[in-house]
Amino acid sequence: MTGARIVAEGWGWRHASRRHPALDGVDFTIEPGERVLLLGPSGAGKSTLLAAMAGVLGGADEGDESGSLTIDGTRASELRGRAGLVLQDPQANTILSRIGDDVAFGCENLRVPREEIWHRVDGALDAVGLRYPLERSTTELSGGERQRLALAGVLAMQPGLLLLDEPTANLDPAGITEVRETVDRTVSASGTTLVVVEHRVEAWYDVIDRIIVLEPGGGVLADGAKDAVIGEHGDSLAARGVWIPGHPITIDRTPNPNGVLLTASGVAVGFGETVVQQGVDMAVRAGESLVITGENGAGKTTLAHALAGLTAPIAGSVNATDGFAPSRSPHPYRWRSRDLLTRIGTEFQQPEHQFVAASVREELTVGPRVAKLPGAGAIVDRLLESLRLSHLANAHPFTLSGGEQRRLSVATVLATAPRVLVLDEPTFGQDRTTWRELAVMIAEHVDAGGAAVSVTHDEQFIRLLGDARIHLEKLALHADVSQRGGL
Amino acid sequence: MKLVDRLNPVMPFFAAMLYSIPMLTSIDIVSASVALGIWLLLFFCAGIGPRTIVRRTWPLLLAAPLSGISMLLYAKPGGEAYFSWWLINVTDNSIELATAIVVRVLAIGIPTLVALVGVDPTRLADSLAQVVKLPSRFVLGALAGTRLFSVLADDWRSLSGARRARGLGDHGAARRWFTMAFALLVAAIRRGSLLATAMEARAFGAGERTWARPSTVSWRDWVVVAVALGIAAAAIGIAVATGSYRLVGSQ
Repeated sequence: MTGARIVAEGWGWRHASRRHPALDGVDFTIEPGERVLLLGPSGAGKSTLLAAMAGVLGGADEGDESGSLTIDGTRASELRGRAGLVLQDPQANTILSRIGDDVAFGCENLRVPREEIWHRVDGALDAVGLRYPLERSTTELSGGERQRLALAGVLAMQPGLLLLDEPTANLDPAGITEVRETVDRTVSASGTTLVVVEHRVEAWYDVIDRIIVLEPGGGVLADGAKDAVIGEHGDSLAARGVWIPGHPITIDRTPNPNGVLLTASGVAVGFGETVVQQGVDMAVRAGESLVITGENGAGKTTLAHALAGLTAPIAGSVNATDGFAPSRSPHPYRWRSRDLLTRIGTEFQQPEHQFVAASVREELTVGPRVAKLPGAGAIVDRLLESLRLSHLANAHPFTLSGGEQRRLSVATVLATAPRVLVLDEPTFGQDRTTWRELAVMIAEHVDAGGAAVSVTHDEQFIRLLGDARIHLEKLALHADVSQRGGL
Repeated sequence: MKLVDRLNPVMPFFAAMLYSIPMLTSIDIVSASVALGIWLLLFFCAGIGPRTIVRRTWPLLLAAPLSGISMLLYAKPGGEAYFSWWLINVTDNSIELATAIVVRVLAIGIPTLVALVGVDPTRLADSLAQVVKLPSRFVLGALAGTRLFSVLADDWRSLSGARRARGLGDHGAARRWFTMAFALLVAAIRRGSLLATAMEARAFGAGERTWARPSTVSWRDWVVVAVALGIAAAAIGIAVATGSYRLVGSQ
């Protein structure tokens, strides 16, 4: 199998619902076996270009194409199976419910004969190091394993071009290493051309050799060897939200821990009868930012939700201290939903899950109104302003971009000024600009005497906001539930 | 390997249909009892114990007596009357009908559910596409969609936690349910269209495809179909011979 050659000549694309093109006048040639990182600020059309190379951009009813984009001389939209695409969301990449079937899916569509398919499935699973029985269910895989499974499904198709759309944005550090090393190894072995979209340059810098920078609404801003491009455009890219190595974020902190607000003693959490974490003792203090870390499946989110009064612990207790707790009960999960508003505000991993109103302004008004806070209008205006959402005040929350949704969900929590913030992966997949705004907001809240509890994998976040840290190990008992075995 | 795993998943469907149609023509107690008796004997010989049968058919075991009670109380009166109040008449006729209905619901429902409950969706999809020749786009789209159910169940839990966190957990359950249902619909559409992209990126929908897992019909499947038809024939035959066959709608 040989690598594919990609040629773009004056290529552009305008989504049917937009007035201006996402990309216009894109020119480049990628030679077989090259490893390219596509960079650009949010909205530069990186994913659009990747989808076009994968031939899944859709037909004329989805948008207008201009210029030409060819793979080995054939229009990309007419090819099937020459390019393999792995998407950002691990859940979206899993198609079928058994590992072997999922890997075989692409081969079947390419009309590979049956004996050959199972031969390829074994080879692809070996290449990505997923040594489970073929009948094993895909529901029990971790995020990193899911991405490797997707990679196996693509490799089994023996593509000449491997396309990765932020493949590690949703993974913990172990998952990132796992996926990157697998890609590096398999691409080296097969000579496949590689194109990666990723705004965290650091994660993929050692794997790639060339960088193409896209300009929002335009064509190619820069194109060349990775060191040269970063050297010349690194500063301006960092300023526009791209994560560039050697440009760490700094924020001013004056942590000032004082009183304890919440304590957990002997807490066990889980789903139904299944305990995923137990024996947790901890305290949440005013003026301190606490981070909860640990691998996927260690019960970080369920522990955070128990602290936040959303679920009852399976064993042990969560107690709020006198003066912080309402008269009703010291246990947050016994409080009324309204009691939580001014005490513990929770942000969910998927911002969309917490939206309840038809416009951004209404969304922000909900909390202050239920909590009967005076001056709700002024609170909302101030938040809209400080989170750069004023121009979107009348937009439906579901129509916002990922970064805007994240800012809005933080704003809905801040609107009722809760003493404790509970945040689930607040910086996941965010560009550098949004990341910094979120970190500054959390820091200001804590340094003004509030408390924050954040579930996170983000090393930079831990460095800046990990005043205290709880690290959860996955329970051995739980790990045993999934049987491991050879293929 | 259990017998049911060696059968092609659509063939028990086919057998159940061929068996049910004649069985639905009569409401006598003889044919239903004969059929139910033979089935239970067969299941016992095939190693399908009472526990398995109850586990697969419990909704039916609850529903069957209910259908009997309505017959008992409201069926057309006839013979000696034992109890009567307003529209309710418990008579010889209604007792006989009620018993016949209960046995018949069980005679049709138990073998059907035992054969069909717990069919593996993947094998069913393979069979629907390769044996029944339904369009593969439709079958595989539905199969991939079934995986989303568990993901959406997690979404729902998260949605309800978020309502409590936002101060909306105390009142207005109906309104809350509505906003959650809307949010879940949005999530389902988003997940569905992402799934479609992922499938398309693996060359799905380009027309002809091969099948990694063969789905074929063997002599065993035809034996099952023949047995089902045979039981229906035997049951109806005995009912006709004993003069108890009672065509639905006739007196």
